[in-house]
Amino acid sequence: MEIPYTVETRPDTGLHNCKLGIWLFLASEVMLFGALFSTYIILRTGAVEWPHGELNVWLGMANTFILIGSSVTMVMAWASLKLNDFPKHRLYLIATFVLAGIFLVNKYFEYADHITRGELPSHSTFLAIYFTMTGLHGLHIVGGMVVMAYFAGPGAKMWKTKPEQFSNRIEATGLYWHFVDLVWIFLFPVLYLL
Amino acid sequence: MDKVATSGTAAHGHAHDHAHAHEHEHHELGFWRAYIFSQDHKVIGIQYALTGLVFLLFGFTLMMIMRWSMAYPIRPIPLIGSWLGPSRVAQGIMLPEFYNQLGAMHGTIMVFLGVVPLAVGGFGNFVMPLQIGAPDMAFPKLNMASYWVYFLGGVTMLVSFFVPGGAAMSGWTSYAPLSVIAQPGQLGQTLWLFGMVFLITSSLLGSVNFIVTIVQLRAKGLTWMRLPFFVWAQLVTAFLLLLAFPPLEAAGVLQLMDRRAGTSFFMPSGLVVGNKPLTVSGGGNPLMWQHLFWFLAHPEVYVLVLPAMGIVGEIIANNTRKPLWGYRTLVYSVIFLGFMSFIVWAHHMFMTGMGTTISAFFQTTTMIISIPSVIILTALLLSLWGASIRFTTPMLFALAFLPMFAIGGLTGLPLGLAPSDIPLHDTYYVIAHFHYVVAPGTIFALFAGIYYWFPKATGRRMNDVLGKIHFYGSFVCINIVFMPMFIQGLAGMNRRMYDGGLLYAHNQGLPLKLNIVIGMAAWTLGLFQLPFIINFFASLKWGKKVEENPWDATTLEWSAPSPPGHGNFLTEPIVYRGPYEYSVPGAAKDFSPQFEPERA
Repeated sequence: MEIPYTVETRPDTGLHNCKLGIWLFLASEVMLFGALFSTYIILRTGAVEWPHGELNVWLGMANTFILIGSSVTMVMAWASLKLNDFPKHRLYLIATFVLAGIFLVNKYFEYADHITRGELPSHSTFLAIYFTMTGLHGLHIVGGMVVMAYFAGPGAKMWKTKPEQFSNRIEATGLYWHFVDLVWIFLFPVLYLL
Repeated sequence: MDKVATSGTAAHGHAHDHAHAHEHEHHELGFWRAYIFSQDHKVIGIQYALTGLVFLLFGFTLMMIMRWSMAYPIRPIPLIGSWLGPSRVAQGIMLPEFYNQLGAMHGTIMVFLGVVPLAVGGFGNFVMPLQIGAPDMAFPKLNMASYWVYFLGGVTMLVSFFVPGGAAMSGWTSYAPLSVIAQPGQLGQTLWLFGMVFLITSSLLGSVNFIVTIVQLRAKGLTWMRLPFFVWAQLVTAFLLLLAFPPLEAAGVLQLMDRRAGTSFFMPSGLVVGNKPLTVSGGGNPLMWQHLFWFLAHPEVYVLVLPAMGIVGEIIANNTRKPLWGYRTLVYSVIFLGFMSFIVWAHHMFMTGMGTTISAFFQTTTMIISIPSVIILTALLLSLWGASIRFTTPMLFALAFLPMFAIGGLTGLPLGLAPSDIPLHDTYYVIAHFHYVVAPGTIFALFAGIYYWFPKATGRRMNDVLGKIHFYGSFVCINIVFMPMFIQGLAGMNRRMYDGGLLYAHNQGLPLKLNIVIGMAAWTLGLFQLPFIINFFASLKWGKKVEENPWDATTLEWSAPSPPGHGNFLTEPIVYRGPYEYSVPGAAKDFSPQFEPERA
C-alpha cells in the first residue's frame, strides 16, 4: 500500500496531506509569533518610557513593499504552474527569491547602522525585542529562500514526473511565504510606527 | 527490533500489483536505512520507545542518587560516590550544586525525554497508524527527522552534565531571573535551552504528522465515532503539542538572548545579586517567563496523561470483554479537556503576586477542567462493572492506573484553589501530587501498553510471571515512595532541599525519618525494574510466538501480521463497526473485530 492522498484530495475532508500539513505548521507559527507579540505588549505596558523614532521608517516601509511584492510574484509562480507555463513559473520564483534577498540586504544595513551606533540588544528592552523579533522573522525569510532555491534548482525535476504534486509543493511554499509576509506587516507598524 | 522490518516479505507477496513495484525497492534497504535512518513508522516508534525507556531509567537513576542525599544527608554516597568527580562530590558527599543539577535534569529528562517520547513518539507512532488502517504516517521523512531532532535534543541535555559548571540547575521550570544569572559564562543552562529548542522542533514535526495522518489516512469505513479511544487521545495530544509548545520556544529564545546577548526580557530593574547591582538595562518582567513556561507546561501535563488514558481504555475494553462505558462521552470529554488545558496555566502561579482577579479566573477554569478528567476516570471505572475480568499483566497495570491517577487528580484540587495552594506551594505535597499522576499513573499505563503491544511489535509475548513480579513489586514500592510525601508536605517540608531539610531553620517536628523510608522504597523500586528489563530482552528471543490477534481484540492493528511488514496490512483494511464490540449478544464469539464483515 502506498500512502494515499499525497496528491489527490480525500473526498470527505477535501484536502491533500501536504496542504493540511502546511496549515497546521502555520498554526503553530501563529502561536510562536503570538507569544512574541504578547511579550512585546507586556514589556511595553510595563515600561516607564518607550523610545520613539529609533528606527528608520523609510527603510522599513521599503521592506514592507518589497515583501508584499514578493507575495505577488509568489502567487504568480503558482498560477503559472496551473497554466502549464513552466518558464514563467521559474521566472516568478526567482523574482520572489531575489526580492527576499533585497529585503535581507536592507535589513543588514539597518542592523549595521544600529550596531555602529552602539544600539545593541542589551541597550534597552525596545532594542532587545526589536532585534529578537526581526531576527526570528529574518530567519524565516532565509528558510523560505532555501526552499525556493531548492524548487528552482534540484526540486524542479519533479515538474516532469509529477506536475500535480510539484504545483502542490509550490502552493505550500506560497502559503508559508504569505505568512512570513503577514508577520512583517504586523511587525512594521508595531516596531517602526507605534 | 529485527522482526519488525524483515517480516515485510509476507506482506509484499499479497500486496496489490500497483503497489508492488513501489515496495520492491524497500527490499534493498541496507542496515542503516532499515534500522537507523528508517522512515517506517513502526521502526521509528520502536526507536522512540527504546530511547524513551533508556532516558526513563537514566532520569530515575538521577533521582535514586538524590534520594541518598535526602535520606542520609552529609554522608558519603556508597558505591558510586567515588566515580562522580570533585566537581560533584566532596569526599564522597554530594555538593548542593550537584543536587540542584540532578533535580533540574531529573524533571527535564523524565518529562521531555522519557515519558512524552515513549507515550507519543513510541506508542503514537507504532500503534496509531495501525489502528486507523494506514500504511504509514502521512510524512515518513518528517517522521524520521522528528526522531533524530529529538535524539539531538537528548544528546545536548546529556552533554550538559560534562561541561564546566555542570548541567542546568534552576529546576525543570528554569524560572527567571535565577536561570539567567545562574552559572554566569558557563554553558549548562544555555545547553538546556538549546536542548529544549530541539525537543520543541521535534514535537512540532511529530504533531503535524500525527494530525494529518489521523485526519487523512483513516481506512475506508473508519468514521470519527469508530476511532479507537487511543487515537482520539493521540489526536488531542497532537493539538496540544502543536499549539502549546511554540510559546515555550519563544520563551527559550528570549532567555537565550538574556543569557548570551545581555538583554533584559526577564530581568527587572534594580536587581541586586551578591550585594552588587546587575549591569543590565532592566525593565524586563520575570513573571513573563512563568506565563510563557506554564502556557506550555500545563497542557504538557495532559500530553503526559491523555495517551496514558488512551492506552488504559484499549486494555480495559479488551480485558473486560465489554465495550467501553460511554465511548462518546469519553471522546467529548477528551476534546473538552484539551481545549480547557490552554486556559488553566496560571494556577501554578498563585504565589507570584499576579493579583487576585487573575487567580480567581484561573482557579475557576481549574475546577472546570477537573470535570472532564473525572468523567473519563468514571467511565473507565464503570467499564469494569459486571465484567469477568482477565487479570493479564497489561490489565493489572491498567487497573492500577485508575486509583493512582485518582489519588493524583484529587489531591490536585486543593492546589487548584488559591487559598489552600498558598500553604502547600513548593512543599512535598506538590511533589507527591504530580508524581501520583505521572509515575504510578502515566508510567504504569505505559508499562501496560508495552506488555499489551509487545506481541504486535515483535511477534512474541512477554513472560507473565516476570510481568507480575514487576507489577506487584513496583506497585507496592511506588506507593511507599510517594504516599509519605503527602504527610511531609502537609507538615510543611519544602521541596528542593538537598539535605532533605536537615539544616533548614524550620526542621523541628518535620517527619524527616520518612526520607529513609522513601529512599529504601525508591531503591527497591529500582530493583523491581530488573524483571522488566530481563523480561523485555529475554522475550525478544524466547517469548511465546503469537498469531495476529493474541488478545482476541477488536481494533485494526490486530488484523495486521505480528510483526507487521512494510506497508502494514496484507490487504486494504475496511472497517465495518465501532471499536469495542465485545460480547455482542447473538455473536458466535465474544469479540467482533472492526475488520470482520459478518458477526460470525
